[in-house]
Amino acid sequence: MRRKLELYIHIPFCAKKCDYCDFLSGPAAVSAQQRYVEQLIEEIACQSAHYPEYQVPSVYLGGGTPSLLGAKEICQIMEQVKSVFDLEEGAEVTIEANPGTVTMEKLKAWKESGINRISIGLQSADDVELKNLGRIHTYDEFLKTYQRVRQAGFGNVNIDLMSALPGQTLSSWRSTLKKVGRLKPEHISAYSLAIEEGTPFYQQYHGHPELLPDEDEEREMYYATKQILHDMGFSRYEISNYAKAGRECRHNIGYWTGTEYLGLGLGSSSYIRGIRFHNEEDLGKYCRIRMKEDSDDRLHQGHLRLTDKEKMEEFMFLGLRMMRGVSGSEFLKRFGVNMWNVYGDVLTKLMENHLIEADSPFVRLTDFGIDISNYVLSEFLL
Amino acid sequence: MPSVDQNKIRNFCIIAHIDHGKSTLADRIIEMTGLLTSREMQSQVLDNMDLERERGITIKAQTVRIIYKARDGEEYIFNLIDTPGHVDFNYEVSRSLAACDGAILVVDAAQGIEAQTLANVYLALDHDLDVFPVINKIDLPSAEPDRVAAEIEDVIGLEAHDAPRISAKAGINIEEVLESVVKKIPAPQGDPNAPLKALIFDSLYDSYKGVIVFCRIKEGTVRKGTVIQMMATGAQEEVVEVGYFGPGQFIPCEELSAGMVGYITASIKNVKDTAVGDTITDKNNPCDQPLPGYKKVTSMVYCGLYPADGAKYNDLRDALEKLQLNDASLFFEPETSVALGFGFRCGFLGLLHLEIIEERLEREYNLDLVTTAPGVVYRIHKKNGEMMELTNPSNLPDPAEIEYMEEPIVSAEIMVTTEFVGAIMTLCQERRGVYLGMEYIETTRALLKYELPLNEIIYDFFDALKSRSRGYASFDYEIKGYERSELVKLDILINKEEIDALSFIVHGSSAYERGRKMCEKLKEEIPRHLFEIPIQAAVGGKIIARETVKAMRKDVLAKCYGGDITRKKKLLEKQKEGKKRMRQVGSVEIPQKAFMSVLKLDEG
Repeated sequence: MRRKLELYIHIPFCAKKCDYCDFLSGPAAVSAQQRYVEQLIEEIACQSAHYPEYQVPSVYLGGGTPSLLGAKEICQIMEQVKSVFDLEEGAEVTIEANPGTVTMEKLKAWKESGINRISIGLQSADDVELKNLGRIHTYDEFLKTYQRVRQAGFGNVNIDLMSALPGQTLSSWRSTLKKVGRLKPEHISAYSLAIEEGTPFYQQYHGHPELLPDEDEEREMYYATKQILHDMGFSRYEISNYAKAGRECRHNIGYWTGTEYLGLGLGSSSYIRGIRFHNEEDLGKYCRIRMKEDSDDRLHQGHLRLTDKEKMEEFMFLGLRMMRGVSGSEFLKRFGVNMWNVYGDVLTKLMENHLIEADSPFVRLTDFGIDISNYVLSEFLL
Repeated sequence: MPSVDQNKIRNFCIIAHIDHGKSTLADRIIEMTGLLTSREMQSQVLDNMDLERERGITIKAQTVRIIYKARDGEEYIFNLIDTPGHVDFNYEVSRSLAACDGAILVVDAAQGIEAQTLANVYLALDHDLDVFPVINKIDLPSAEPDRVAAEIEDVIGLEAHDAPRISAKAGINIEEVLESVVKKIPAPQGDPNAPLKALIFDSLYDSYKGVIVFCRIKEGTVRKGTVIQMMATGAQEEVVEVGYFGPGQFIPCEELSAGMVGYITASIKNVKDTAVGDTITDKNNPCDQPLPGYKKVTSMVYCGLYPADGAKYNDLRDALEKLQLNDASLFFEPETSVALGFGFRCGFLGLLHLEIIEERLEREYNLDLVTTAPGVVYRIHKKNGEMMELTNPSNLPDPAEIEYMEEPIVSAEIMVTTEFVGAIMTLCQERRGVYLGMEYIETTRALLKYELPLNEIIYDFFDALKSRSRGYASFDYEIKGYERSELVKLDILINKEEIDALSFIVHGSSAYERGRKMCEKLKEEIPRHLFEIPIQAAVGGKIIARETVKAMRKDVLAKCYGGDITRKKKLLEKQKEGKKRMRQVGSVEIPQKAFMSVLKLDEG
């Protein structure tokens, strides 16, 4: 079997930056977007030359708002990917889309280009909550987008939701979950809002926990998510991800299980041949790189070759995010040592505190372990 | 060197309130007399230690000999003895003054007389020094030299109408100061042929020469080969070398005779044998009376010092030993704490001295320290008639055995503008001060006199004073003695376990308040655990305050962006790093800085 390489393609543009967002993205003129896409296409061609032995099982167009780009630009990117990489038969190809930026014309073009999964950023079914987040759309506008996506024939759709929002209550969250569940998407991501430094939300809410649901409420929301979605046929396969059987996001599972991936576009991260690095994060500088002539050092930065110790740490703290947990036999196969020899003390301590449970060969988080996963996962740093 | 004409010697010091420009003036004087070019001078030559330079205070006495060619055409020898500038080192200051014949009083032309100005002037006058004032910082826009001159005459009674008006910083009128030294400071007296009588005013340890004793020869002569004897400590040695102080170096000479200031080395191995204030005499031709004023220096403030990393215990001991070579007033002995492991109980002259030692240990010896709350020395009178001095609260005997306790009291003088008198009086009252009286210095400023318990001022009194007077109050104190007091030991229990390193002695009336604040502070400092942690304050087994650290409920990592695993790992590492700075006590992990939290009980 050939080695697998997932592709992440970053589109750093959006119509308007949301107030909570600290991702590398922002509004830009159409001309700048076009210049970026040209550069990206060149990067894809140049980079592919380094990885002839790999086959690509998944492509993820993330952002930003990739759906903001015109149909033509997305098609150019996809054509380039298909012509220079060996895209596996039946590969998962996802695009992130936001309500208000998705036309039937774009959907048809995407489908044609091989995109087969759409991830829609909704966040909430409550218009006041949407406004508080600085989103540009209403719930109705989302519904129109969703129907359009289905009409265009997309059979694999994710909807992104967020809990613990300012002004959100347990009952409004339950209602969001039910409304969205009834639409029968294949996948739902439900994250708790994190207040990140450098965002308008940070200025507004940092140091003001009284303006946000408290942690008991937040945990209630989390438990409700699992319950409601479970009742509607979604199972939780990762701390914050739910899917119908067989519809788990393969691309993300790759991140959590140590699959190699190549980031393309501004600031994107890569993990290949045991090395982590990321792309140039300054848009101006990125666009000035001469992809063919310049050394890769202008594009790729922060190289970090993982030691076996670090690979073990990542295996544990990433793998445990998944509900099935980490497998002791997989650990042995990868590292040639027994997981219990390396982590025996930690595993025993965490088990005594009911934070993890063993189900040989797997070890997984308990519900309490999920609540304080940050604490539990940090124990696996050697 | 031929014997020196006493009439051409001037031994003097500079006294001032902190920040009024003492060290800057010293620099200018050295520069003017041509010993160093200004480029050679790393600003403020006399303050040798980095710490002194950074904090702008003088910790150790420094001395320099300079030659000045006066307007009368004669060359004079100036011995400038720079004195420590902080109340912690009051005794050292008094010994340095005793080595002088006169003093320059520096007063800031904008701020005028401050508490330390007065304290220092009185101290100088007590030692029969001739004091003349100079008015500094005349180049400041807010300078009012006329007003300040009048203030000096009214308040201190020193003639000031002809006081040199200078700017040490800008180098204005420095020569006038030097001329005044010649004219206004008397030449030393003393008979070079009388039995040797020399005052030790400082000493330092040198790994080649042993202890170098700084002294002022009052009577007689000392030279290489003289067998000297310290009259208080009894130590005897043969003199190896005598000499005087060049800037930054020791210059050997033939002999030191009455009136001169210089150094003696005699293969002395321990600074403890050369106590500041002791009298040196000639063993074979001793003087009959030592010089007056010798006191054995005692530590006023104690705290526990522990290495953050238990394995560094020996390093800490070595470092303390090295510091002690140069600092006889630093005391330490091993102690053990249940919470902190092996460490040392250390005694200091005051809180500044403590901070300096702590900083030097951390900087110069690269040690990470955990410090327990500083406390004073209490006297415990037991029912069986015994008296013990308590330096560590954990050693307090069973209350049933105690007849009564005493605590040290200081006499304090606080100078403040009249608008803040009320606020400062309230502060002193809160700190159990006894009002002694108030004098108006001018219509707008008053000098408040209080007696205060030392344990009320060692923590944050100075900060509180500054904040309640918008920075205008100045403060000076001296130890008065011990007084009986209703004291209790306040214990802190974390998860029902008494933490010995957090116990402290407090007056009964403030136990509840302090206990409550301690619990609140610790609640902030102690991270949440998997279980609930009660934090309690107790006096004599009775709980007087309680807070609870709730059990960990939620700690979830945010979404990872693309494949940005590095960022996620950094978050986890931060969490893990936090755990390393903890002390495990029972099942609870306590951050090291929590042990110092008692110091930061804000007054609010």
